[in-house]
Amino acid sequence: MRVALFITCVNDALFPGTGRATVTLLERLGVQVDFPAGQSCCGQIQYNTGYRHETEPLLRRFARVFAPYEYVVTPSGSCAAMVRENYPRLGERAVAEGRGGELAELAAEAVPKVRELTEFLVDVLGVTDVGAYFPHSVAYHPTCHSLRVLRVGDRPLRLLRAVEGLELRELAGAQECCGFGGTFAVKNAAVSSAMGADKVADAVATGAEVLCAADNSCLTHIGGTIARTGRGPRVMHLAEILARTEADAPSRTAEGFRR
Amino acid sequence: MSRTDLGMPAFPRAAERATRDQRLRGNLRHATHTIRAKRATAVAELDDWQRLRAAGAAVKNRTLRHLDHYLLQAEAAVTEAGGTVHWAADAAEANRIVAGLVKRTGEREVVKVKSMATQETGLNAALEAEGIRAYETDLAELIVQLGHDRPSHILVPAIHRNRGEIRDIFRREMAAWGRPAPEALGDDPAELAEAARLHLREKFLRAKVGVSGANFLVAETGTLVVLESEGNGRMCLTLPDTLISVVGIEKIVPTWRDLEVFLQLLPRSSTAERMNPYTTTWTGTTDGDGPRAFHLVLLDNGRTDALADTVGRQALRCIRCSACLNVCPVYERAGGHAYGSAYPGPIGAILTPQLRGVTDPLDASLPYASSLCGACYEVCPVAIDIPEVLVHLRERVVEGGRVTRHGARVTIKPAKGHAAERAAMRAARWTFDHPRALRAGERLASRTRRLHPSRLRVLPGPARAWSDSRDLPAVPPEPFRDWWARHRAAKGERE
Repeated sequence: MRVALFITCVNDALFPGTGRATVTLLERLGVQVDFPAGQSCCGQIQYNTGYRHETEPLLRRFARVFAPYEYVVTPSGSCAAMVRENYPRLGERAVAEGRGGELAELAAEAVPKVRELTEFLVDVLGVTDVGAYFPHSVAYHPTCHSLRVLRVGDRPLRLLRAVEGLELRELAGAQECCGFGGTFAVKNAAVSSAMGADKVADAVATGAEVLCAADNSCLTHIGGTIARTGRGPRVMHLAEILARTEADAPSRTAEGFRR
Repeated sequence: MSRTDLGMPAFPRAAERATRDQRLRGNLRHATHTIRAKRATAVAELDDWQRLRAAGAAVKNRTLRHLDHYLLQAEAAVTEAGGTVHWAADAAEANRIVAGLVKRTGEREVVKVKSMATQETGLNAALEAEGIRAYETDLAELIVQLGHDRPSHILVPAIHRNRGEIRDIFRREMAAWGRPAPEALGDDPAELAEAARLHLREKFLRAKVGVSGANFLVAETGTLVVLESEGNGRMCLTLPDTLISVVGIEKIVPTWRDLEVFLQLLPRSSTAERMNPYTTTWTGTTDGDGPRAFHLVLLDNGRTDALADTVGRQALRCIRCSACLNVCPVYERAGGHAYGSAYPGPIGAILTPQLRGVTDPLDASLPYASSLCGACYEVCPVAIDIPEVLVHLRERVVEGGRVTRHGARVTIKPAKGHAAERAAMRAARWTFDHPRALRAGERLASRTRRLHPSRLRVLPGPARAWSDSRDLPAVPPEPFRDWWARHRAAKGERE
């Protein structure tokens, strides 16, 4: 099976380890991964801040770049949600504004292909045991867009439970937002920070070594809060846990937050 | 809306102050988490909840699409049943009508049923200016009124107060309004309720004029419906000689069959009850039973303008249950006062900028008072996609454009203070649409990473709001796409 990886702009620039892990994991499962170099950003930050028209060229680019592929896999719940929920809206609004059906058609082509990583693993590949080994205690934060827009449900937890050596710890208030929210983190910094602090307190209370999620945007917020206070688990993208096998050397912290 | 709401600081500043108030944070956290959990249990009892929710949304959509028809039908039915219908285009007109009606009775005081519409119009202050005293009789509204305070929640206006604070307010203020609080009043909830009951009874028995809102107005019979928990509503709706009800035009449901859906949706969503303790319905006037004169004031106050917006109009489906407030992580930390309107929380963030417009800095800041986590949409009993409307209103703030104000199509300018953001968004879009430039930027950041300070504790410009409480991740040695190029080359050699 040949799929395109949509790495997302944040992962490309700041968290390449998540991309490497996603490629390693998918190739280990026999998937032929391609990375079309013309890809860039889904436009979520522009769209959610009110700049719908700035998002339109990025929808066109997305549809064009990924046109040859049957599946587009992305290790980001919120970027997958942006495409799936808001690209059709961009199309509908353009039609309503008398600007023709081009965007709606492109959205209709792009949307069905997009799978968040855990959806792709569980629904398309039909696996929950990906052969991973990670001998650490881990808590999972479900992230809002995975949970409430994509509705990935317990897929991430099923994948984590099948990881050898992993001890899953329950996170209290797991379904509550971490307070990131894109530009919300800056526009309403006080409330955002308060939400982040509460999320970190819940993460600390689990006693887990690692807090994982399937979205590095949220982990940037949680990890940034932990790095500032110096107290809390290490944050890791779910893909980086699923990519680990017994053959791997102990984890390095080549990127992320300086501790 | 109410004059007291004007001149409030924009949401972020008011919210920032609230996050530092540990007592407020504690009160809100305790109260919202309690109601949140109870609601989830009450909703989980019904296996057809999602279908009920869809039915509620469908009934409201159909009603709003034919609102002109149902309003005229309701007017005819109310008139036929002995009531008088008044039409108020805005808050000032509604207040003027009510004050005029009260004056005509010769009375100088009214008892009030808890009503969002009259909070929205600032009726109490308007009556005060005319020399008429309005007594709130809902327990939480009474606490707010006695405390010279403002409501901070749709269902529980005094949610920001704990029982100790309530005891202090009762002891300090009740005497000035009527029967004083008992000398040794404690903070036991039953004791506090008893003090309120005795204080209010005096008002109920004396009042000749009642003022209410309504949860629903059934068009086919012209029947008004109020749902409540305390029984104070029943007293105000039945004892006075004159009853005046101020009702938003979106409160209409066409038939009693339609009402049935909402009598299931509303109690479970708001108080987490299968059924609320008191449901009062009345149709015009009845000889020898209840008020002898009934006036219905139908309030527009921006609703028709909102109805003209194809995305925003779904906010008019709201049945004021406040489930969205109770699950909102922003409301929980900012408190209701930060929203500067009778309608706080997620629903307020989409309703207020539509009813009042986005020209005031506070109103323009409301669509941003959300992390778009979607918890509000999930619990909304009429499936209002609040995040969708928030983003839509953000676009109105930053781009301006065609909107309906006071019934006329006008073009509004983009709000001030977004120029730098707009430029940044355009630049980002340009870069993202030119991957070579993107790659060059990523490489530059990676190659200069040794020059970056080891920890960015204070970032310049708006980014400082991030760095006040959070670190930024370090830039990695290379972007993913550079690793990919080597990975693919190596694989190519192997294969």
